[in-house]
Amino acid sequence: MNHTPAPPEFDRFRQLMTQAVDGELKPEEQTEFDRLLAESPERRQEWKEHQKMKAMTMSMHYAEPPPEVWDRYWIGVYRRLERGAAWILTSIGAMILLFYGGYKLLEEIMHEPELPWLIKGGIVVLLAGLVILFVSVAREKLFTRKTDPYQEIQR
Amino acid sequence: MELVLQPNENVPDRDERLAFERCQAGDPQAFGLIVTKYMKQAYYTALGLVGNHEDALDLSQEAFARAFKARARFDPNQRFFTWYYKILRNLCLNHLRDRSRAARTASIAGEEGSEGRMLELADEHADPARQTEMADLNRQLWRAMDELEPEEREVLVLREVENCAYQEIAERLDIPAGTVMSRLFYARRRLKEVLEASL
Repeated sequence: MNHTPAPPEFDRFRQLMTQAVDGELKPEEQTEFDRLLAESPERRQEWKEHQKMKAMTMSMHYAEPPPEVWDRYWIGVYRRLERGAAWILTSIGAMILLFYGGYKLLEEIMHEPELPWLIKGGIVVLLAGLVILFVSVAREKLFTRKTDPYQEIQR
Repeated sequence: MELVLQPNENVPDRDERLAFERCQAGDPQAFGLIVTKYMKQAYYTALGLVGNHEDALDLSQEAFARAFKARARFDPNQRFFTWYYKILRNLCLNHLRDRSRAARTASIAGEEGSEGRMLELADEHADPARQTEMADLNRQLWRAMDELEPEEREVLVLREVENCAYQEIAERLDIPAGTVMSRLFYARRRLKEVLEASL
């Protein structure tokens, strides 16, 4: 919870006035508000203007969109869920194929008698680096996903 | 799989809880029941914040999809909409930030905002002259609302359009009730200043 105190100019009268205009005053607060109002013509003027603003903003309402919007609403949400699952499956499939292809390629290179050992060693080191990088990024993502309280926030 | 579901705000809390349990077990169709209960509220909340029909539709649907993905973290003792609102609010505020950045970059003025907002003043029985007058006032009001900070606009929409009590606003925005009151006071005062400056 954010416990930021209200700015100083937001005094007791203005707090009660806001509650009064929104119909959120308790009986004892109503008595206090009436007393504060009776004390000052400036407050009565401010109260009048505040009521006027309230009347204006209260008269706003939403126009109904066409009924088709509601017919299509769940489909829209469902397609997003479906696509989310499809992306996960596609990614897993692509990773399996990529790893298998990489393994086969490495196997072939290692059994190539013409290729110098230095090149073979370079390829092995490069692939080892890529695997470590992949595991590191995947672990970080997984860890953030489990612990980040702001993950729904699109930064 | 039924894909056309009509809004139904009267889904009992018990059915909603059961649906969420099924949904937490991975049943997207059960999530449909929850969506039907809150789709209108979600759409209008987004509309109040972003002021554009297409964006409000897109953002509210995206927030439902994210809520489904994050369903394991939902505490069943909490109200669904309070939890969902935080996801939706973040999406809307990020969208507004990106939109204002894009607008600044492209220097496009008046593309969206009050004209795109599907809001009107309530008086269906007024005579045509009065209706025109009210429509003008409504346009002015929404132009003025667009001048407010998103947090000010949000608190006014929650109070005046969605008729939320202070406690509900405090829960949704995760702020004390005292801050709700001060934010409302300053939002109204700022709205008045903007309206006076435009007249």
